Parts: sequence; structure tokens; C-alpha cells
Amino acid sequence: SWKTRPSPAILLGSTRPYSPAAVLPDGIDRTSDSFARNSLAVDQLLSDLQTHIRKVLGGGGAEAMRRNVSRNKLLPRERIDRLLDPGSSFLELSQLAGYELYDESLPSGGIVSGIGPVHGRLCMFVANDPTVKGGTYYPITVKKHLRAQEVAAQCHLPCIYLVDSGGANLPRQAEVFPDRDNFGRIFYNQAQMSSEGIPQIALVLGSCTAGGAYIPAMADESVIVKGNGTIFLAGPPLVKAATGEEVSAEDLGGASLHCKISGVSDHFADDELHGLAIGRRIVKNLYMAGKQGVINSQPNYTLEYKDPLYDVKELRLIAPADQKQPVDIRSVIARIVDGSEFDEFKKLYGTTLVTGFARIFGQSVGIIGNNGILFTESALKGTHFIELCAQRNIPLIFLQNITGFMVGSRSEAGGIAKAGAKMVMAVSCAKAAGVLAQIEQKQQEKATHRGKTVAMFHFTIVHSLTYDSMQWSEEEEEKFKDKVVEAYEREASPYYSTARLWDDGIIDPADTRKILGLCLSASIKHAPQDTKYGVFRM
Amino acid sequence: MRTSRRLGIRTVAVYSDADRGALHVKSADEAVRIGPPPARLSYLNASAIVEAALRNGAQAIHPGYGFLSESAEFAQLCETEGLIFVGPPASAIREMGDKSASKKIMGAAGVPLVPGYHGDIQDINLLKEEADKIGYPIIIKPTHGGGGKGMRIVQGPDEFIQSLLGAKREAAASFGIDTVLLEKYITKPRHIEVQVFGDKHGNVLHLYERDCSVQRRHQKIIEEAPAPHVKHEFRSHLGEAAVSAAKAVGYHSAGTVEFIVDTLSGKFYFMEMNTRLQVEHPVTEMIVGQDLVEWQIRVANGEPLPLIQSQVPLTGHAFEARIYAENVPRGFLPATGVLHHYRPVPLSSSVRVETGVGEGDTVSMHYDPMIAKLVVWGENRDAALIKLKDCLLKFQVAGLPTNINFLQRLANHWAFEDGLVETHFIEQYKNDLFTDSNDDKVAQEGQRDARLSAAFVAACLCKKEQIDQQKSVSGRDGLLSLWYADPPFRMHHCARRTIELDWDKESDGHDSELLKLSVTYNSNGSYFIEMSDNESPGMEVEVIDLENHNFRVHTDWLSTDVSLAVYIKDCDTHIHIWHGKHHHHFKQMVRLEQSSEDVSQHKSSFEAMSHPRGTVVAPMAGLVVKVLVENGSKVEDGQPILVLEAMKMEHVVKAPFSGYVHGLQIAAGQQVFDSNVLFRVQDG
Repeated sequence: SWKTRPSPAILLGSTRPYSPAAVLPDGIDRTSDSFARNSLAVDQLLSDLQTHIRKVLGGGGAEAMRRNVSRNKLLPRERIDRLLDPGSSFLELSQLAGYELYDESLPSGGIVSGIGPVHGRLCMFVANDPTVKGGTYYPITVKKHLRAQEVAAQCHLPCIYLVDSGGANLPRQAEVFPDRDNFGRIFYNQAQMSSEGIPQIALVLGSCTAGGAYIPAMADESVIVKGNGTIFLAGPPLVKAATGEEVSAEDLGGASLHCKISGVSDHFADDELHGLAIGRRIVKNLYMAGKQGVINSQPNYTLEYKDPLYDVKELRLIAPADQKQPVDIRSVIARIVDGSEFDEFKKLYGTTLVTGFARIFGQSVGIIGNNGILFTESALKGTHFIELCAQRNIPLIFLQNITGFMVGSRSEAGGIAKAGAKMVMAVSCAKAAGVLAQIEQKQQEKATHRGKTVAMFHFTIVHSLTYDSMQWSEEEEEKFKDKVVEAYEREASPYYSTARLWDDGIIDPADTRKILGLCLSASIKHAPQDTKYGVFRM
Repeated sequence: MRTSRRLGIRTVAVYSDADRGALHVKSADEAVRIGPPPARLSYLNASAIVEAALRNGAQAIHPGYGFLSESAEFAQLCETEGLIFVGPPASAIREMGDKSASKKIMGAAGVPLVPGYHGDIQDINLLKEEADKIGYPIIIKPTHGGGGKGMRIVQGPDEFIQSLLGAKREAAASFGIDTVLLEKYITKPRHIEVQVFGDKHGNVLHLYERDCSVQRRHQKIIEEAPAPHVKHEFRSHLGEAAVSAAKAVGYHSAGTVEFIVDTLSGKFYFMEMNTRLQVEHPVTEMIVGQDLVEWQIRVANGEPLPLIQSQVPLTGHAFEARIYAENVPRGFLPATGVLHHYRPVPLSSSVRVETGVGEGDTVSMHYDPMIAKLVVWGENRDAALIKLKDCLLKFQVAGLPTNINFLQRLANHWAFEDGLVETHFIEQYKNDLFTDSNDDKVAQEGQRDARLSAAFVAACLCKKEQIDQQKSVSGRDGLLSLWYADPPFRMHHCARRTIELDWDKESDGHDSELLKLSVTYNSNGSYFIEMSDNESPGMEVEVIDLENHNFRVHTDWLSTDVSLAVYIKDCDTHIHIWHGKHHHHFKQMVRLEQSSEDVSQHKSSFEAMSHPRGTVVAPMAGLVVKVLVENGSKVEDGQPILVLEAMKMEHVVKAPFSGYVHGLQIAAGQQVFDSNVLFRVQDG
């Protein structure tokens, strides 16, 4: 049920014979020198990325993998593959979490998370990787687990936990246990989501010790695999130390005990494949009456859609290797939206921010893209547009490409802080779905500004999935002697930020459209909520 | 029924409860139920059929090929009730149906006969004496009936009594009369039969001969017309003898005079006359270009034969192959089951398929396990044989074991290609026909072919799955279908999966090999397929879906059409693939989404495989007709323990080794099912 229906004049403008301007031009000069340079630079960046990814996909290394196979276990991504509808897609989050974060390597932060369909229903998967430090939780592991839960909660995705973990990484327990957003938050989130009717399903495929025992215990339904799965608050050695009782792991917390006697687990699986099959069956039986299709009385999507007129792969070549060169954000939009059709809003006002309506795989979206420095007018325009989309429950896509707000006496006098505050307020309170894609990074000196702004976007957009696209900086010949500058550069590297979960992952620009579509699909699945704003400073 | 429709004659079919949905019921204008499944209570129940005919106002009854088609009583009943029996006069059926009587008549008419005993006295000792007089090997045949039922070959005097009793029991069960005759058994015979036709005006002619020598279990599997290596003169003699035989009994309508030809002496002897239109009549139709059913109807209507002997044309060569549901490696045991996939070859003027079943039908144990007969015609024998081989390759049946593969081996055998057919053909060349070649090169080739098929199966299954998934979500939600894009999306890598296929080397599932394939979804939509044993390099396969389980598959060295059949049976997904000259069968464990928490259910299937030594299971579903020993008694190795009857054939279950019988709790008249434990033999 819509508060306000989208204006056909805006949404369907492009189909009208008298408004052909809605189709964006190509916008790329393929003959320029910079085009050739960009192409060269991006190839190098992509091959670097591939190298990192290959390492991460190798999990805890060949020896750990062999051990895993000998226990009749699959790797976490294989487990997820078996749960997914056969041949369907999987949108993995934060693949490079934990990259160069600790002295020891921690591929993908020791946990695999992401979104994919099971029996046609999108689910959030959180799978411990037992080949990486026995699946123990490092601080970044906890953070990644919590981020997956946050996205699931915002997008109302059933959660499937594939548990195979030795619990907290004890040498780092001070960073894992005590704080608000630490280990205990996982169970708080499970309780909160369950209370909101977001199914919580745990598949116990390995050990589930101490705090980890609460993941299946807190779940709505849980499955445990005979032989491999164990759930207990304290393992046999600790039990012996504490009480003198000698007991095997299987007798202490195995599948038989928990399914037949304790009732901690609900489903008994003969082996791992059987357990995963039961997991699929549980999702098949999730029937959430009245929770689906509420927004579909007036569908805001069309089933037929056109591809962009220009090659999506060329997104790789748009961002300049020379970071001082400006980019026309419209050439990016032209490669993302259906039929390259973009109906601009306030095209002639505040031109350093581009706003407008388009469709992505048939889904209407509002797009906000930087096209230079933010001025007062651009901020006001952005605020206005966000309010429009929030009213109509149209998902927002932020294409970020910014060095900062304009500084200087004229700006301050024009109340740029006030204008900026309005935009922050609008973004913070809007209850529409949103996806952020970051296009590129500019000069290092301005990076701090960027960081702050992005942080606000990250924390305040409801239903957001944020994606950093490739951020590339040309290898400079000169060596930086200033240590501060050096630190800036290191910290401005996309690998540095993605390792710390400042974003949900680095993507290949060529995948931008596809991933935006998948994110939108995951984030608009439930009923719209009313947006309420705070006080706007006028 | 096809002919009747063409002639504008309305048809009424009869059916038993087992055939309610059968093809003959669907093809008729009307159909009437006549009784429960056992043939005795339905298709052999003459009065029920006649009553059905009268009730529906039928003027004539066409008795088909089996059941009552050779029942003089039935023909007589029709006559009495004023119905036209589309077939010969009851007197001729009676005279020819009694084999002893028929031979006397034939002897009088000057038709050559095989030495034997055709007497009415059925005393066991007398029969034994007669047998000894004729000299072994001899053959025991029921005087009534045909189709190989109740026949026994006896190699020496020791076996005679037991064989005689078995033959009599089977004859009694199938035909109601248990008298038998004895004959000299010809060691290297050919089975050649002549199609004859007579009208009600005394005209009889022959439509040349058919060679039906290639047989298993005394039943024909490949017939051809005309017979190979037969000179024109011999053909005329044979034809004339057949016409004399028919005339001797005042025959009209279609009939077949069977001869046994001694390949060593070149002599032929009268065997019997089948007083019906036979299953294999289409091969004759093909070479003479006539519709014999139409002839039957016209003759029944009192019209004269449309041709005279000299006008009967003989053009080209025709083969008929009978496709049976049967377990070839297990001695051609009839098989039962559901026909999950049935796609016969496309028809043309030179390819006919006569079939009584359709996809989804059950081949039950009550009647004949024949699925179809494939008839092909060519300008000469070579051309017809090429067509036969091609059609057998393209004839797709899945769901139950069939003899198609065996028919292919037969058709490709050098001796068959040379036309060196004789009744013991299969026995003589069994090493070529049954055992896989020990030649390493051939074995390797077989491995390679199976691996290629497995790769194609994997690729086609992935494609099919993707398309099915897309279909299932299309229209539900615009964006949801993005998750089922082809290829599936993975962040910075290609999706991969492992597919395990259990290659079934024989149709009965006792010899299989597990193939593990790794499939990578390439970004261009093709698949990169590797074998996990790394014995062969990976292969890129592109698949185009042509719908209805047909695909076009491209690799960098091959482009071919592929057909799949996929069905679920006994907790396994069965996948058949046909491409080029290959047909392979694979199995896949079904992804268990059903809970098996009651673990017992899970185990039972394994238990069947791992019975303790000495356990004997039913080789097939059937009725126990006789239990020969008591529980607890001592038995010798190979001693018959009980007799099963299924598909109208008897099967003797023997002791696997000597010892004591335990757990035998089955009585005659009891129904058992495939793999039921019958008894156990223990040493102590």
C-alpha cells in the first residue's frame, strides 16, 4: 500500500515521444590517452584483486582442508552451495575481511557470510570456516557475524548459521567478549530477530562450544550431524577439570543426546549432506503468512526490462588513473540503469550532485551521484530528493565519488554546514532501502572528509548494503617521506578498509549493475515503513 | 484398429482391470471391462467377451494375436451367437490346434513331418519309451498352445521325467489341457514360416516366408522376410507345402505354417500351423505391400482374395525386432516396472512401430512383457539392416530393463550380418553377445564413452536445472529471477559444483562405477567439466536447451544432439542419455529432504544387498506354484526348491549349495515380490 504513487510523468518519461532526453549519452571518449591509461591501470588492479581472492578461497590451507575432508566435512562455501537452490547465485559479503589485520592470516575473517535463495526465499548465511584457526572467533569474525545479522535484520532475511567453531579465540578474548558489540551481541540479535519473526536456523556441523552453544540453543530450529556435531557449554577436558567426570564428546553433547534427551537440537542428521538437506527442508516449510507481498498490491517493478545501451564492462575504464581528472557520473549511471534511461530531478540546480529516477532490472530506484564538490545548493537538492524517495518508498542508490564539501569563507557564510546537516538528517531518517556504491577515491589529503561522510552513510541508512567499488590509486614513482601521508595512503587503500568491514566488500566495476540488482532484491522484500524526520535547521 | 478406422469400421476394445489405461483401450472408439487382471478371468474368458460384443451390438470379433485367437471353442461360440469371428473356421482351429491331430492330417496331405510321437496315450512310462525310441535329444511340446510355453528340451533319459511333469504343469496353467507330444530335436535348425491366406471360396495363397530363427527362451526376437540364403526354388517348394497344409483343413483367413529347416540336410519339416495373424505379420506386409488385417476383415465379410499367387509382389527386405521389458543378463527374465520414458523412433513408410504401451504405463506381471515391435523395410537386406541398427540406437526406453542393447549387439554381430541365422544363434554366439570384450582397448573405449556421456549429463542437468528454476520464479518477482541468472553469480570467482553419477554398466544395476565430476560455470554460460580422478583433461561443454529433455551440445571437437530421460525410482534419480551411437544409464542419490530419523527405513535397502550367505531371494515378482521341499530338509547343490510363475512362465528356484533349508515359509499360491527372501540354505 503506497502512501503516494510514483508520478507516471517521472517514471515513464522516457517512453513519451516528446522526452527523448531521458536516454543518457555514452560519455566515454575512447580515443583519449587517459582512456588507454585507465585500461592499463585497471587490469593491474583486477589481477591484484584476483590474487587476494584466490588466497582467501583457499581457506586455512591445503593441510587444514585435507583434515576437513577426512572428517567428512565440506568447506563453508561448499556447504552454502548445497543449501542454495541448485545453480543459483550467492552474494558473498566482506570476502577480504581480516586481510593483513593480524600477524597470522585470517582468510575472510574465518567466517563466510552472504545472501542467496533457498526454495526461492532469500536467506542470510553465516558459516564458520573450521579450516581457519578451528573456526574460532577473532574480533573481526565477531564483527562480520554481527554485520551479517544487521543486514539480515534490516532486510528481514531468514538466517542460517552453519556452526563449526571452537568458540572465542582465547588469546584475544578481551577483544571478543566484553563490549556491547562483541560476542554476546550475536545472541541478542538472534533473540531480537526471532521476536520480529525473522527465522533463525542453526545447522550444527561441527563443534559448538561454550558461548557458541547458544547459537543453536537460541535458534528457532536446529539440526545436528551425527558424529561431527557437538554442543556443550564445556568440553570433556574442562568437565573433567571442573567436576572430575569423564565423558566422551559424543556422549556429552552429540546428536543423539541433544535430539533424544536434552532437546537442545531438533533434527538428527545421519551425515553432513543429510543435515544440509534438512536445512533446505526447514526453509521450504517457512511459511510467513501475511509477511510477504504486502508491497505488491501496486508493484513498483516491471517484469520486462532493457539492458543498458552501453557495455557494463566499460565501468572498469571510467574511473581515471589520474585522480585529478573529473568523471561524469552520468556515464556511470548510463551503464547501470535499464535502457540507460535516467529521468533527472533538478538537473539545472546544484549540478555537482546528480539526482534522478531510473530502473534497475525493472525495479524503480532513486539515484544520487556526486559529480564534483558538494555546495550548499547540491546539499539542498540532495535533501529534497531523498525526501521524495522516502515518501514513495523508492530504494535509493548512492554513487559516491567525492572529495568533500566546499570549504572557504563564502561557503561558510552560505551556511554549508546547515545544508550538509539537512542532508545528513534526511539520509539518517529515510526508511527507504538504500545501496551505496563508491566509485573512486580522490586525493589523499581530502580523505579524512570522505571518511567522515561515508561513516554517516554507513551507520544511518536503514536497510543498507554498502559496496565499495574499486578504488584505485596510481603507483606514484616518488617516495613519500612524510609518515602521516604514508599512513593516509595505507589507510586509504580499499584493502585496508574492507579488511576492517568499513564496507561490505570490494567489487569488480563490471559487476556493479548485477550486484546492485541483487542488493535491491534482498533489501525490498518487506513492507514499507513510515519515515519520520527530526528538526531540519532552515 | 488403425485398419478398421481407415475402413470406417467402429471398434470396441475389451480390457481387464490391469489395463484400464492401456493404449488399446484409448485407441478404440469404445472399451468394455471384462474382468480382473488374471487372463483366465478376463482375456481368456470367452463368454464374457462374447457377451460384451453382443451388448455393444458388435457384428464381428477380431481376436488379436494371443489369448483366444487360437481357441476353437471361442470361434465356435462366436458362430453360435451369430457373430463373425475374424479368423479361420473353428474346425480348422481345432484340427491345427491339436498338434498330434494336425500332424496326422499333414502326413496324409504329403507335407513332410519330423519323426516323433504324437499319440493320445499320455502314460508317463509309454512316453519315456517313445522318447528312448526316437533318440535324444528330444523336445516335449504341449499339443495345444504355442509361443514356447510348456516346451522342454531333454538332453538325456535322466532328465526326462522331471521335464515332462514341468511341461505338463505349464501347459495346464496356460492352455487348460496338458497333453504333450515328443519329437526329434534338430540340432542346427532354422525356423522358417510361411504366411498363408485363404478366402471362403476355397482360394489359398502364400505371401512368402519369414525367418524367425533368432530366438531366446524359445521366443522369437528378430524376424525377417524373406528368409536369407533361400533360393527361389526352395521358396516355391516351401510356399506350395504351406498352401497344401492350409487346403488340407479347409482354411480361410490368415494363417502361418511353421517349418523347421535342417540346415545340415537342407530338408524342411512341418511343425505346426498358427491359425491366427501373428505378431510378426508386419514384416510380410512390408515386403508384399498389403494390409493383412484388411484382408482378414474382407475375407470374414465373404469377399474373395484381392490377388492371385502370381500377382503377389516381393519387394525388398524387412526386419522386425521385438522390444521386451526383460533382464537380459539374468537369462532374459521378464521385468516389470514403470515405463518412465518412452520415445520410439519417428515413423515413416519404411519404419513402423507397433506398441501397446505409452510413457508412464506399468508393465505388469500379468501379461506379455513386450513393449513394442519395431519393423523396418529396406530395398535389400543390407539396407534394411542398416535401418534396423539405426532405429535401435534411437529407440528410447527407460524405467525398466529392456533388451534393446542386446538387440543392437545381435544386429551388429558378423554372423547375423551375413544372414547365418539358426535357432541356436544366441547360444552359439553367447560369448560375443553377453560378455563384454576382454580386449583392453575396447574396455578403454567403453570407459571413455561413458565419461563423455557423464560429462554431457552433468552439463545438461545443470542447464535444465537453471531453466527450471528460472521458470519457477518467473512472474513472481522481477528481481528474484536475478538470483537464478545463468551462470550463477559468485563474488570474484566462478561457481563450481560436484556431481556424482553412478554409471550403471548393465541394466540390472549389479555392475556400476561411481564417476565424480566437477562442473565449473564459466562466465560465458558454458561448463568446464573435469573428472575428479584427473585421468582426462577437462572439457568445455556448451549446452543449448531444445526443450522436452533434448539438447544440442558443443565441445571443441564435437557437436551433437543429446536426449535425456530423468526419473526417480527407489530413492535414486535415474538418468539415461542418448547421443550419437551411445546410450548410457546413470544413477544419482536423491538429495534427501525427507527426514530419515527413523533410521530403520534407511537401512532396509542396504540389508537387501547384504544378506548372509545362503539366502535366496525371489529373482522376480511372481506366484509360487509349487514348493518342492519342506522347511528343514536337506538339499543338494542345485536342487529345485520351489517353482515361481510370472509372466506366464515358470522359474525354478534352486538351492545355491548343499545344506539344510531354513526359513522356508512360503506355500503354493502365494504371491512374492522381487528380492523377497524366500529361504536360506545353511550347512548345519
